[in-house]
Amino acid sequence: MSATTLSPPRRRRARLVRYTKRDRAALSLMAGVPLLLSLAFVWLPALATIALSFFNWTGIGGLSDMKAAGVENYRIIFGIYPEFPPAIEHNLLWLGVFFVVPAPFGLFLALQLHKQIRYSRVYQSILFLPVVLSLALVGFMTELVFSPTQGLVNNLTGHAGQSNLIDWLGSPRLNIWAVLIMACWRQTGYVMILFLAGLKSVDPSLQEAASLDGANEWQAFRHVIWPALRPINIVVVVVTVIESLRAFDIVYIVNQGTNGLELLSTLITANIIGETSRIGFGSALATILLVISLAFVLPYVYTTFRKDTRS
Amino acid sequence: MTAATYTGASAATEPARNRPRNRRGIRPARVLLHGFLIATCIVWIAPVLYALYTSLRPYADTQKQGYVSVGGHYNLTNYANAWSEADLPLYFKNSAIITIPALLVTLWLASMVAFVVARHSFKLNLLMLMVFTAGNLLPQQAIITPLYKLYISVPLPSWLSDSGHLDDSFLGLILIHVAFQTGFCVFVLSNFMRTIPHEITEAARVDGASEWRQYRQVVLPLCRPALAALATLEFTWIYNDFFWATVLMQTGANRPITAALNNLTGQFFTDNNLISAASMIVAVPTLVVFFVLQRQFVSGLTLGANKG
Repeated sequence: MSATTLSPPRRRRARLVRYTKRDRAALSLMAGVPLLLSLAFVWLPALATIALSFFNWTGIGGLSDMKAAGVENYRIIFGIYPEFPPAIEHNLLWLGVFFVVPAPFGLFLALQLHKQIRYSRVYQSILFLPVVLSLALVGFMTELVFSPTQGLVNNLTGHAGQSNLIDWLGSPRLNIWAVLIMACWRQTGYVMILFLAGLKSVDPSLQEAASLDGANEWQAFRHVIWPALRPINIVVVVVTVIESLRAFDIVYIVNQGTNGLELLSTLITANIIGETSRIGFGSALATILLVISLAFVLPYVYTTFRKDTRS
Repeated sequence: MTAATYTGASAATEPARNRPRNRRGIRPARVLLHGFLIATCIVWIAPVLYALYTSLRPYADTQKQGYVSVGGHYNLTNYANAWSEADLPLYFKNSAIITIPALLVTLWLASMVAFVVARHSFKLNLLMLMVFTAGNLLPQQAIITPLYKLYISVPLPSWLSDSGHLDDSFLGLILIHVAFQTGFCVFVLSNFMRTIPHEITEAARVDGASEWRQYRQVVLPLCRPALAALATLEFTWIYNDFFWATVLMQTGANRPITAALNNLTGQFFTDNNLISAASMIVAVPTLVVFFVLQRQFVSGLTLGANKG
């Protein structure tokens, strides 16, 4: 049959390997135990999130206290829950800013540092420093930098006095920007490192050829480097999306995600560890976050591994 | 060495193309570039230097002279106060109890899965890779609600948990770190293991080595560079975790230091000088990674990205 002749020889050879009973058991355990752990602690909760979103359930009660609620939770979220529109808005703003600032700026820095210039390693290290710091620590840094009377920004610009105080973290119009500046501070180094690795894998003879053909810097970038960076571009897009959906720590440290800093992640958290824990309602919010992230993650993972097995 | 010879070679070909920009000597474009990079780096390091500088000054002096000023006393009093008053050694110990086992178990489990996935061709391999990788990419908040319910209802003996349940226990935090981080490590390690020639394990198999021995004595030793890179990266990520510990570890005294700091501000750390000192102390393990293990950290990140 044509199907058998089409199957790659690698597969066929591998099928010939006969495993002993012990080997079979060993391999099953080696893959099975971690798989069980991942299913039990990640995927089961993910499915449960969706299921629970159709119930009403307070945190204290047992399973018997669960009441079917249909789409009631969603109706409340989209209809009358006042924190939801700002949260979605802030998540989108976060995503937009991450695409517009750290992604291109990280690429620009990587391109500059990839040129054989002196002190390149020193520049790289300094720009990379925030990446090793925890996001929680970046939250404290945000307070240090933007604190109205004790902060760096107001003291440098002469706004720390009582008469002309700029309340960066207290004003609901300003605080999201203060937080975003610090988030970009960390994200840029991350993106830069990813692009630098991508640039190292671009064949230098391609660039050589381009400059011999008289291409200027922009043309060489546009027609040689950018197409060669495609795999890393996809990674950067995924990292950017995931990091903006995960955004939580900085905002939670500044004011627990209230008063102008609402995010989907903080609303979910507030609904389980607040005084009134609302499991069903929190799950409905989490389902929205889950669906948005899966819409990015699944196609990415699927295409990555499809390609992998074909090559 | 190679970099130097490479630039030498390209510089030799340049004059033929008549491009004075690349000739030796002062090049305005390069000066501009260095100026730009220096300015950027100053902005980048300013918050850290400001925190460091503030942490070395007594509160009274900064009150009198302002935060952006020179003069007054410089000492380590803030560090001593932060260290002893807020009981930081306790939280460092908590971080160690959580981070080290979680890191070791994650690498161990992930290397086993990667061995099965990368060195064999079972039908389920592709699906397994997807399950692990996608699991690691989910936002933690998307799964926390049922996870929290699960944690407060699974009973544990009292020597493992103060609350009698999986929440508030070191074991609970270790488990979620392992389950979550295994995904990334499987992805990186299976990419790495695929680059090891098949002949090596084939030879071992012919010699009668079991699958376990092939994993333990042939493949695993060859993965040392990837394991070192991942260990650095995972240490930093697990140590830096804030979210899991904040939600799943609600008893303050059991929290790892990254999450504990949040509770301590306002309680012990009242002024920015003390907060700066405490932040600096908390950053020490990650700064060690930055200064000593930066190469491993970066190669761990890029091992994950490059094959993606």
